[in-house]
Amino acid sequence: MLSRVADSIYWMSRYVERAENVARFVDVNLNLMLDAPSGTGQQWQPLVNITGDHADFTKRYEEPTQHNVTQFLTFDRDNPNSIISCLRAARENARSVREIISSEMWLQLNSFYLMVNSAAASGKLVDSPHDFFSEVKLASHLFLGLTDATMTHGEGWHFGRLGRMLERADKTSRILDVKYFILLRSAADVGTPFDDVQWAAVLRSASAFEMYRKRHGRIAPKSIVEFLLLDAEFPRAIRFCLDSARDSLHAITGTPVGTYRKAPEKLLGQLCSDLAYVNVDDAIADGLHEYLDTLQTKMNLVSGGIYETLLAKRVPEARPAPKEKIQKQKQE
Amino acid sequence: MKLSEYEVGNFFDEMFGENGRPRAAARPLARNIESLPPGELTIRQSAADRALVQAGITFNVYGESAGIEKTLPFDLVPRIVAATEWERIERGLKQRIRALNLFIDDLYHDQKILKDGAVPREIIASSKGLRQQCVGMNPPRGVWCHITGTDLVRHSDGQIYVLEDNLRCPSGVSYVLENRRLMKSLFPEVFAASHIRPVSNYPIRLRDMLEYLAPEEVTSPRVVLLTPGIYNSAYFEHSFLAQQMGIELVEGSDLVVSDGYVWMRTTKGFERVDVIYRRIDDDFLDPESFRSDSVLGVPGLMEVYKSGNVALANAPGTGVADDKVIYAYVPRIIKYYLNEEIILPNVPTYICAEADDLKYVLEHLGELVVKAANESGGYGMLVGPHAKAEECREFAKRIQANPRNYIAQPTLSLSRVPTLVDGRLEGRHVDLRPYILYGKEIFVVPGGLTRVALKKGSLVVNSSQGGGSKDTWVLADNPMAAEKERNDAAGETTAVNRT
Repeated sequence: MLSRVADSIYWMSRYVERAENVARFVDVNLNLMLDAPSGTGQQWQPLVNITGDHADFTKRYEEPTQHNVTQFLTFDRDNPNSIISCLRAARENARSVREIISSEMWLQLNSFYLMVNSAAASGKLVDSPHDFFSEVKLASHLFLGLTDATMTHGEGWHFGRLGRMLERADKTSRILDVKYFILLRSAADVGTPFDDVQWAAVLRSASAFEMYRKRHGRIAPKSIVEFLLLDAEFPRAIRFCLDSARDSLHAITGTPVGTYRKAPEKLLGQLCSDLAYVNVDDAIADGLHEYLDTLQTKMNLVSGGIYETLLAKRVPEARPAPKEKIQKQKQE
Repeated sequence: MKLSEYEVGNFFDEMFGENGRPRAAARPLARNIESLPPGELTIRQSAADRALVQAGITFNVYGESAGIEKTLPFDLVPRIVAATEWERIERGLKQRIRALNLFIDDLYHDQKILKDGAVPREIIASSKGLRQQCVGMNPPRGVWCHITGTDLVRHSDGQIYVLEDNLRCPSGVSYVLENRRLMKSLFPEVFAASHIRPVSNYPIRLRDMLEYLAPEEVTSPRVVLLTPGIYNSAYFEHSFLAQQMGIELVEGSDLVVSDGYVWMRTTKGFERVDVIYRRIDDDFLDPESFRSDSVLGVPGLMEVYKSGNVALANAPGTGVADDKVIYAYVPRIIKYYLNEEIILPNVPTYICAEADDLKYVLEHLGELVVKAANESGGYGMLVGPHAKAEECREFAKRIQANPRNYIAQPTLSLSRVPTLVDGRLEGRHVDLRPYILYGKEIFVVPGGLTRVALKKGSLVVNSSQGGGSKDTWVLADNPMAAEKERNDAAGETTAVNRT
């Protein structure tokens, strides 16, 4: 597979996943604000922090109001991580590999993009924001389903899954980080009904509320961290995401899982082992924020390594010898 | 819907005869349209429009901000070509391509035709399409123009004329394939009743032809399609054809020359490339041989090509025969190489490089269509009867400054096909671009791109200038043969999908 093609599939998947996660954050926060006791103030700043675009936001908007933050994260074409920008980028990438992905995938991604574009023009977000974010999530799931059901699970598909899973792990870690940080700070709320509501919102933004209930039952911050960070079976838990990413990476390189030949294989393998053997108390012993910060740095190193070893355009240093030549020499 | 309300007007109509009744070949379609309830055609038309937007079957328009995509407007009333008429078109095109290929080969070798004076030497010497880099070159299998799209028009005299040869990178064939797919879903009942020749095996024909060009020692050649990238106006087509052929779509930066071969950069290292179907103009192909500022091409590609280690289609240098002034000499070129009379005539053409013609053109600008020799897509063109006096004066200056660069033709009254406009059928002018593949033999796709000028009265059919497209139905004279051809095409399509 061409390196450029692999790169496009990888980013196509990442951008679709990113758009979905932004929709999750905003939607859950909207619901949360509806439940908030009056006078507690609107909490919209954390959302901007999650996406890591704090500086860009303050440059162009004044107050982190509901309107400003939703606009910034949804339809702001100058914000490279807004839903509309992510879909534009996903579609551009898909356009450059249209002949590789299935036509069903292309059709779905194109309709997805057109849907968000017309929503941006129609003001639908103001009238029924929840409907809009549900549509975004559903469209992303449909794309993922079509990818699994209509594209050969070969090298290209694995690059797609690699991108998607790294992106999802990153976003779950950010949800956990910012919410944990903010929720713990409002010490006065601890143990109040509103505290439970907020923790439930954290789970909901990762579609994890019901699955968490089945696994741990009561809402308890430590269990929630354990579930979103270390669960091996929940598909949005960081450990699950990184395990899947590792499987795809090894499927691409052909190196057996548990061994490594290339730098990102080693890094990702170490990361997966960490998450498999750490327990939640150890993880938060020095502070969850510190743990997540290190984790995010390592995940960025993995992404960088994948780019360096598999996707970047290289020049032939050791000149490859043409096959025909070798065969002819043998015959002589 | 009643067809009796349709006005044929003072034009040749492809669907209706002079008596106002449908031509024989169009009767099943006419019957079907008459049987549809009012408004049904509009409903089907909007279904087709929606399908095109959803599928993202788009082209980019130059001169507008980058990334502007439009769908090529599609009209659901097809152009129908009777079997006997097609038989003549096919013979005419084969003759023309064979002669043009001999002409190009001669120009880059002995130039016998110039020595014998059949074509004036000055015309060739000043041609922008002549590539000094290609002199003495021998393309694989002796073929230069592998893929051609020749523009045909029908005048009010009922005669079909060749309007233009497109020998460089003709585009539009993806619309032929996609339009047909749409039409089958819109008019299944007419397809069952008519004997329409299939076009769907074009991709497999194209791939066969490309593989035929590979260096002889290669047993299973790797063929790639080289695109300038997603901002090119025809990007959709590049990606579509690569997908349909099951070959890799590459950009210049995906390829690298090393050790006398062309390689592509893959996630597993470098893989050798044997045949390149390039959709990049000569100018941008190789910055070491042509324009040094090109970032779209592959440095060193021409050296590999000359050594025979990679094949290019079309061959570099074919543009010399794609010159609108050379066009005027094609009847003489056919006579010279094949000793045959031209089967499909040229439109009578005034060559501004010749004094008498120049004088006539300048005196009759208001009646003529003037074209620049090396422009395509409807750019650099004056349609006299539709131009303001101001524009004519402006154009006259340009012609006088560089007469070699211009030709002029009488304004043709292009034939019309009924076209759905605001729920009614109205006549609109059309041309026809059939596609010809030249490999082991010459193959003419039974069909082609019918381009339609959607503006009332307009004669400009280019997509960049408000044109749209229609499906083209070439009928089989022998229903059994059509049946067999369809089955073969279906079988071959399945085979492509499997690879």
